[in-house]
Amino acid sequence: MKILVAVKRVIDYNVQIRVKGDGSGVVTDNVKMSTNPPDDNAIEEAVKIKESGKATEIIAVTVGEEKAQETVRKALAVGADRGIHVKVDGIIEPLAVSKILKKIVEKENPDLVFMGKQAIDDDCNQTGQMLAAHLNWPQATFASKIDVNDKSLQVTREVDEGLETIEVNTPAIVTCDLRLNEPRYASLPNIMKAKKKPIEQINASDLGVDTSPRIEHIKIEEPPKRKAGVKVASVEELVQKLKNEAKVI
Amino acid sequence: MSVLLIAEHNNKEVKSFTLNAITAASQIDQDLHVMLIGSKADNVAKSLSEVPLVKKVLHIDHEIYENYIAENYTTVILKHADKYSHIICSANTFGKNLMPRVAALLDISQVSDIIKVISPDTFLRPIYAGNAFATVKSKDEKKCVTIRPTSFEAAETTGGSAEIEKIDAADQTENTKFINREEIKSDRPELGTARIVISGGRGLQSGENFKLITDVADKLNAAIGASRAAVDAGYITNEHQVGQTGKVVVPDLYIAVGISGAIQHLAGMKESKVIVAINKDGEAPIFSVADYGLEADLFEALPQFLEELNKLNTIQK
Repeated sequence: MKILVAVKRVIDYNVQIRVKGDGSGVVTDNVKMSTNPPDDNAIEEAVKIKESGKATEIIAVTVGEEKAQETVRKALAVGADRGIHVKVDGIIEPLAVSKILKKIVEKENPDLVFMGKQAIDDDCNQTGQMLAAHLNWPQATFASKIDVNDKSLQVTREVDEGLETIEVNTPAIVTCDLRLNEPRYASLPNIMKAKKKPIEQINASDLGVDTSPRIEHIKIEEPPKRKAGVKVASVEELVQKLKNEAKVI
Repeated sequence: MSVLLIAEHNNKEVKSFTLNAITAASQIDQDLHVMLIGSKADNVAKSLSEVPLVKKVLHIDHEIYENYIAENYTTVILKHADKYSHIICSANTFGKNLMPRVAALLDISQVSDIIKVISPDTFLRPIYAGNAFATVKSKDEKKCVTIRPTSFEAAETTGGSAEIEKIDAADQTENTKFINREEIKSDRPELGTARIVISGGRGLQSGENFKLITDVADKLNAAIGASRAAVDAGYITNEHQVGQTGKVVVPDLYIAVGISGAIQHLAGMKESKVIVAINKDGEAPIFSVADYGLEADLFEALPQFLEELNKLNTIQK
């Protein structure tokens, strides 16, 4: 079984986002970048499946600018076997990413494609479902548990009401929740070894996919600020304020 | 052209977020049709037809739709998509799962999780966990849009009498099978729509200690929320998680107890009208969004809080 894992490079989850004064976007210069957190869970799950003997190869793929390769390199350091970097500059929407990933799937013929359920930058939550649609594959989104069988998967999904379990036949797309597993850290020897693993570079334009944006970003602005609150000295004061000042209880 | 909204329901009743999405959809275009895909869901069709903002209900009823499977829903929606300018649903786990599959097959770049309709092609949506707001304009001829339910009022549910049109079922996927759903039944208000939410974090230290939260919630008729740390630690189940990758809540009163306030948690609650933070770490970031901050040990503060509430003659419910 072959697993393709898609990873995205995003602003690190600990960075306080700053909006540019001219409304064109957020500040990315000299800002720490990392792999999108649930994509780390996707890689981890693939590695665990391979360690259990059920998968033979893990391919990490990313779509993005030159530096996006760092995320593939990190995936190689925690256990992916080889990488693919589809190079494209500028904003690229989930629809275009899903079309690019479809081309990669057609080339590599994986049995499973894993990725995070959502990227923490644009918060779109689309790419996995879109890829499943293009391939006419089943989709198991928001996975917090995956059991791999011979020709199918049982996936527990985190939904609004609680937990839902579905069974999907392979090939299938799974989008991963943060609770799926605990991503491991790469050890130094593995980071060194990963430097020797191959990363194939492909230009998005060579895949024949139109990546021009369909959504125009008119303005990016700061959200309205909350007015500063007060510290209260005691529980009594808190309850009095909630009752008489805020009038919410 | 009309707009089409996909209803979420459990074959017995409409889910509340669909009513918020109806309000948003009607702001895009008043000629709003609602598609109901279900099994033995006549009552749901009837209640949707009574929503005054709804002009028509398309009802597809077949046993293959007893459980919601995005693949099966998509096939039905695609058969009718050409008659509509917009396809819309709520941006909760239902709509997040469904809409991109529809959008991709229509070759549409979806606009996710909008919080405001500026015009039929221009919307406001939060990005970076709500740390920036983007005004976006869709250049696709047809649009697929998901609605952040807490940003729109729920539509009125009585007084309307829309036509109900019966529609045929479409093909069923063989590749996805529903197994089961562990739904935790509770008499408490729903987290997404409750007037008061009290949430616990890692500071609670154990699942048993969540009883301190539950006791206050009972008194205030509040829903119970949690930070990701508390869910990850197994103190409470996942459907209580508030935050960027959990639920977004906008109650009148949000009480954060033992929650430090990572930006991912703030993304799910900082639009609440009044925020209270109880935390023993005075430097915790949660205090930066709190209207009322109490620097205290929650194990002392919560029982006192309950005691003070008990002293009040009346409590708004």
